[in-house]
Amino acid sequence: MIRITSLLVLSTLVMVSCTSGGSNNEPTTSANTASNGKPSGDAGARLKVVFIPKDTANPYFKPVGMGIDEAKDSMNFDYKEQGPATADPTSQISVIKDQIQQKVDVIIIAANAPNTLNEVLDDARKQGIIVLTVDADLTGNESHRDAGILPTDFAKVGQSQLEIMAKQMNYEGEFAILSATTSASNQNTWIATIKDGLKDPKYSKMKLVDTVYGNDEPQKSSTEMEGLLSKYPNLKGVLSPTSVGLAAAAQVLQNSGLYPTGTKAKNGGIHLTGLSTPNQLKKYVTKGVIEGFQLWSPKDMGTLAAYLGTSAKRKKIDLKFGTEVDGPKGKLKLDDKGVVYAGDLLTFDKTNIDKFDF
Amino acid sequence: MKIKRELGLIVVLVIFNVLCALKEPNYISPRNIDSILLWMPLLLVAAIGQFPVIVARGIDISVGSILGLSAITTGVLLKTHPNLSLLALFVIGALVGIILGCINGLLIAFGKIPAVVATIGTLTLYRGLTFMVSGGDQIDASTIPDKLTALANSGWTFKEVTVSWLLIIGITFAIIAACATRFAQFYRNVFAYGSNPDAAYLRGISPTMVQMVCYGASGLMGGIAGIMFLSRFGNASPSSAGSGFELVVIASVAIGGVKITGGSGSVLGVFLGCLLLSCINVALTALKFNADWQQLIYGITILIALIIDSASQIRRTRSAA
Repeated sequence: MIRITSLLVLSTLVMVSCTSGGSNNEPTTSANTASNGKPSGDAGARLKVVFIPKDTANPYFKPVGMGIDEAKDSMNFDYKEQGPATADPTSQISVIKDQIQQKVDVIIIAANAPNTLNEVLDDARKQGIIVLTVDADLTGNESHRDAGILPTDFAKVGQSQLEIMAKQMNYEGEFAILSATTSASNQNTWIATIKDGLKDPKYSKMKLVDTVYGNDEPQKSSTEMEGLLSKYPNLKGVLSPTSVGLAAAAQVLQNSGLYPTGTKAKNGGIHLTGLSTPNQLKKYVTKGVIEGFQLWSPKDMGTLAAYLGTSAKRKKIDLKFGTEVDGPKGKLKLDDKGVVYAGDLLTFDKTNIDKFDF
Repeated sequence: MKIKRELGLIVVLVIFNVLCALKEPNYISPRNIDSILLWMPLLLVAAIGQFPVIVARGIDISVGSILGLSAITTGVLLKTHPNLSLLALFVIGALVGIILGCINGLLIAFGKIPAVVATIGTLTLYRGLTFMVSGGDQIDASTIPDKLTALANSGWTFKEVTVSWLLIIGITFAIIAACATRFAQFYRNVFAYGSNPDAAYLRGISPTMVQMVCYGASGLMGGIAGIMFLSRFGNASPSSAGSGFELVVIASVAIGGVKITGGSGSVLGVFLGCLLLSCINVALTALKFNADWQQLIYGITILIALIIDSASQIRRTRSAA
């Protein structure tokens, strides 16, 4: 009897953990719902724009919402954010249905899954609602939204990372790359771009001595970083285009005292940079362990989404795949899947890191 | 008899390290030795917790998630209470660990669920809880107080090599456990139960009691390892903190000569097993093995260590017979 009971307890516990919060799909509102009942749809009328993040807790999407919110007066729309409590593949469906009933004009959504929203988004678009994805696209199901906004052109990340590394090292000396896994395709593309970029004469005094892989595990990344410090006594830079690696490397570098302003720095110290969210590395930037690092700007995605959504609704632009449209800062190209990029990488350093919270 | 087994492991350790040093002189540089010494503490603490579990014919696969949940829970508390003392942090981690360990114990001792199944279940369950406790957010470096990370980057320094406070904590636990295996009734009961559960029962040793204490202790040590994780890495993410750690812990206990079928083993063996695994992990990096080959080499090295150990055991049984 006891045995059966505890089996039941265990299986219930496991189920609870698997569907954690799945039963709690009540959408939660977290912004001003200042709809004032004006008719919508005509050019010049105040539109209703809703942003649906993956879930309400994810800090990464706060600046996306801010970017949309800040554009509401110049682009004449009412803004609200309405997300599901959890980032389940289906949790956004009921939220979207609510928004259709409330007759919003533009839905900006970071999709939790590329294939679960097709039907409900088709319903929305039949009502004339413009549907845009931000950050997380409906890959493979692009025809179910009007356009997809991605943070940055990933093809340019490698070059941008090489340049910030080079600047910090003053364009000379040995550096190494601390990557994620050997099979991570983004990482490999960036590393290939960096190797290629090094052929540029302005990087001729720089030498990539090693590429190591921390498997996006804190332990392995730390050991690899420690290994770099011990294997290459003349090392001047480490580039880690992955946030787990960069955070681990920062802690190791801080402990070693080998960073430029550290107690054991030799020949100007070791410069560390890469890709990460600002919150993860604020401490190290404040202490001077890291001078600067990069990431795309989630906020720019929001601003661009607001612009494209309201302009398309007002029929000022036509979001046809494979065409050029007017953007807030000049022409924008929608590729043949309807994808546009919000901008270049942002650099976070002492002067600006406190302005970001994600 | 017993000593011989650890001697074999020491020989393996020496041969391994000499080979590495010959191949790559930098392997014995102070910085590299530091790296090995920093690899050990978390593993050692969790392995000391796993040791009685395996001696008592059980296994605790959930320990990686226990580490994660302890680290994340403490991190979340640090966000609102940044001034918690070091002792308080360890107490919180230990409590989280004990509770989770006791849940394992209840399922296994009273629910009669096989340990492998029960702790595979709680491995997922506790990992799920790390996401719920943290709301999916990670614990950023700025949340972790410097006094905690200082335990990993300061300690006793001899000639450029630093024995961190974390390792000193780990070794202290090891010494306590080693003494306890000789003198504490609990360990005697564990060994008796592991050798022959029926006989132990007839001698009045309660199997439920043995199991409850074993899993509780494993949870406790996993919880403490969670705080050491925060100290060592200075941040924690609900998905990666301690993920996969359980396999390293179980491997180190097995390499340390603890019979996976229960009944025998020593803390010294476990200590040497942890040291060997730490050396192997750092050697993979220091000897500049191609990243694609590292897992393969790691697996082969572990298997070689286990084969040497079991071969020496067979020979011993023969000579005894």
